[in-house]
Amino acid sequence: MLNYVIKRIAIAIPTMLILIILSFLLMHAAPGGPFTSERPLPPQVLANIEAKYGLDQPLWRQMVNYVWGVVTQFDFGPSFKYKDRTVNEIIAQGFPITLKYGFWSFVFAIGVGIPLGAIAAIRKNTWIDYLAVGVSIGAQVLPNFVMAPLLVITFTLWLGWLPGGGWNGGSIEYLIMPVIALSTSYMASIARITRSSMLEVLNSNFIRTAKAKGLPGRTILLRHALKPSLLPVISYLGPAFVGLITGSVVIDIYFSTGGMGYFFVNSATNRDYSVMMGITILVGFLTIMFSLVVDMLYAWIDPKIRY
Amino acid sequence: MIVADKNKIAEMAENLTGLDAVDGRSLWADARRRFMHNKAAVVSLVILTLIVLFSFIGPYFAVWSNEEIDWAVMGSAATLGMPSFETGHFFGTDDLGRDIYSRVIQGTQISLMVGVVGAFIAVSVGTLYGAVAGYVGGRTDQIMMRIVDILMAIPFMFVLILMLVVFGRSIGMLFIGIGLLAWLDMSRIVRGQTLSIKNKEFIEAARATGVSGFKIITRHIVPNLLGVVAVYATLLVPGMILTESFISFLGLGVQEPNTSWGALISEGAGTIRYDTEWQLLFPLAFFVVSLFCFYFIGDGLRDALDPKDR
Repeated sequence: MLNYVIKRIAIAIPTMLILIILSFLLMHAAPGGPFTSERPLPPQVLANIEAKYGLDQPLWRQMVNYVWGVVTQFDFGPSFKYKDRTVNEIIAQGFPITLKYGFWSFVFAIGVGIPLGAIAAIRKNTWIDYLAVGVSIGAQVLPNFVMAPLLVITFTLWLGWLPGGGWNGGSIEYLIMPVIALSTSYMASIARITRSSMLEVLNSNFIRTAKAKGLPGRTILLRHALKPSLLPVISYLGPAFVGLITGSVVIDIYFSTGGMGYFFVNSATNRDYSVMMGITILVGFLTIMFSLVVDMLYAWIDPKIRY
Repeated sequence: MIVADKNKIAEMAENLTGLDAVDGRSLWADARRRFMHNKAAVVSLVILTLIVLFSFIGPYFAVWSNEEIDWAVMGSAATLGMPSFETGHFFGTDDLGRDIYSRVIQGTQISLMVGVVGAFIAVSVGTLYGAVAGYVGGRTDQIMMRIVDILMAIPFMFVLILMLVVFGRSIGMLFIGIGLLAWLDMSRIVRGQTLSIKNKEFIEAARATGVSGFKIITRHIVPNLLGVVAVYATLLVPGMILTESFISFLGLGVQEPNTSWGALISEGAGTIRYDTEWQLLFPLAFFVVSLFCFYFIGDGLRDALDPKDR
């Protein structure tokens, strides 16, 4: 187990470095610097500004400085567009918001998806099974950017129950629609995966044995069937996490929740490279950490896996 | 008496040769038969064909082209721009007076094209990479697959948007970006299949007769992977369309005057507060129905071609 953990971390570190270097080089491949504007600055001024941001140094030097700053102090440097703010400040403003509705989306996707899939498998070929299968097929073609306007049409314009956007400190009526829009398709995937793996487990020999020795149905399900049928779900959590964090960009744009996605798209249209890089690297870091945790969880739960 | 009836023997012989002459069914004929039994897949195929046909024939019925602006409607789409046959705006107009019918056709063409071309790039790169890794094996395989592992851990949507910003937002860049992002899964699947094929006798025979490694991959291994590749390619197309729509929804993908389903949905979603819901619903319907069809066809193909479920 320890060997496995070390091995996984040994992969995670170069991954992180590649991500940082890749985004750094991408940014420098861009035509025009961050201070190129329609009204050209006097050369002296430009030189001073570039010296301030360290842009006059050779490329490798800048890269080493940047990587060093990120790795040692989580310092993503100043924003190129908002002169008085650093990337860290922007992230600090947006990240808690993303984290809050992201967390609830994750909880919703798992908390509804797993029971729905499990019930569908247990009550196979009943109306609840058909409902679950129908929902999971339907949700495949209803990604977040389709769900969001449909929810607003229904609950804001038609029924008038919920506000159509804004954040307001994350109070519940502002939270409901972002969470549902973001998590529905992942909830459906989790339900589908749970259902199919549970069906497979319920048909396996050890469950038949458990039935044969007269265990009550509830014990069979909770003690014997649940754990093995959750393994495929756990390996799906990594991709689901990436999907949620990517989808948060749409949520921030459509519901004006003001999370990181808003700053990401804003900086993409403003060519504010340092903010884009900072957010990309942060997201990459979170993703890698998360998949590390998931893999360890998997190794811990599945007794068949030995490293 | 064991003198058999000569005629009878001849008849039996006839029957026997007749039995021999039964045509063997090829893999593809079998697959077609199974696919045709899957009603959802066949219906999806028909609907999808209709949508594709519509995107080519539709313009001949359009009253307004996608470049024209109906000045009479401009600025008052909510009251004058609703779908009607009299004005010639079958799907209504947007607030600039542009005909949604023509724009949906244009968006359909572009979205389908992005899906197909993106999937093609992903499939080509992934198949070749996976086949090489699986066939060569050993340390090369380990290194190549480790690279895939590393790349898979990167949140690609963000890198793709970064690329679009850096290299400019063009459809070409979108193709390359989306295609390059999706080949990873493909390469893993193909590698697994290659590993199981490469120890078969016919590969051994090819090697014994001195065929070069690259030629074995392209002539003997890749053709045997086609079944798996076809299934995943069909499932990749809707994935590509989703990715493109996602980026266009954020306004970072296809740029005006071009449009795509994602861009149209984005516009429609932005204006629902002004009572012009047709702007959202028509592109949305095309998007949802097409994706449905692609998924059902992909499932049907998988059932038809996957040797596991036979």
